Amino acid sequence: MSARLLAACAAFLALLGFAGPGLAQDYQIGDLKIAQPWARATPSGAKVAGGFMTIRNTGNLADRLVGGSAAPAGLFEIHEMRMEGSVMRMRALEKGLEIAPGQSVTLRPGGFHVMFLDLKSPLREGERVKGTLVFERAGTIEVEFRVEARGAMGTHAGHAP
Amino acid sequence: MNALKIVRIAAWSAIAIITAALLVVLLNPRPPESSGTAAIGGPFRLAAHDGRVVSAESLKGQPFALFFGFTHCPDVCPTSMLEITNDLNALGPLARDFRVYFVTVDPARDTAELLKDYLGSFDPRIVGLVPSGEAELAGIARAFRAIYRKVETPSGYTMDHTASIYLMDAKGAFFGTLDSRERPHDRQAKLRRLLARK
Repeated sequence: MSARLLAACAAFLALLGFAGPGLAQDYQIGDLKIAQPWARATPSGAKVAGGFMTIRNTGNLADRLVGGSAAPAGLFEIHEMRMEGSVMRMRALEKGLEIAPGQSVTLRPGGFHVMFLDLKSPLREGERVKGTLVFERAGTIEVEFRVEARGAMGTHAGHAP
Repeated sequence: MNALKIVRIAAWSAIAIITAALLVVLLNPRPPESSGTAAIGGPFRLAAHDGRVVSAESLKGQPFALFFGFTHCPDVCPTSMLEITNDLNALGPLARDFRVYFVTVDPARDTAELLKDYLGSFDPRIVGLVPSGEAELAGIARAFRAIYRKVETPSGYTMDHTASIYLMDAKGAFFGTLDSRERPHDRQAKLRRLLARK
């Protein structure tokens, strides 16, 4: 009885997790699990935005995030940001971002991110932005990026699926 | 004295003179350009996004903050501006006349108009400054010992840049920096100390 109750609770929580308003989704393609893609709301006039997520490779072969798209963006790149002392440095990862077998990689503010460039319209908090992610091995998957508040750190999106 | 000997003496003399000169250049410690906190800051004069001109001279008597950034910056610039917006609000009336200057390191794309629009998303006490070209940008960066560098990307370019917020006191002297990694409480305490200093 208590096991059934537990199962019911778990099912209910799972339902909340997947269907609850405002929560970003998880995706799977091939051996890759993609947790909760999100982006930050942009200031007025901004032409760029960062997209974030955690990608876990459950397979035996390395894969690579090599591209993608986002509906409001004219261009999409994969970047790495890092701080060297007080200097912010940004690089485009021209060979993409490797996800080693059995590993997860988290794209987060201050580190790896997908870069939406040439934005046609600002990203507003609460919106969902349609897009794609392209992996070298697993292929292309359609995703939605949930737009969080400006300055959001995506703490709830930081864990692997 | 034969000719060979003269040549030999001349050659050795030349080597001695060159060696001495090299030693002087290499070993003589360069005098420090200036000491301690006076090294950061200095004269500048830039157009603000509202059409006015802001200079180190015109800011005398008022503490201020200054940040190097650009609008094609997905993370550190909007986050820094959001944080300082929150700090200014937390300080209340104390910071009523305080100004934060956002110097664009990308004047090729960041026009006064775009900066005005962009900064409209943050506290109105944040004012955009637009260097008229490379010389003005290099000048203010040098004055604040800030770094900026254009980096090519597949679709264009981005900018590396110093991302601290400089705090300058009412005399135009360097007071300290604000950093995103600091807790809001510590940042605001620093701003209060700056504003209390006359």
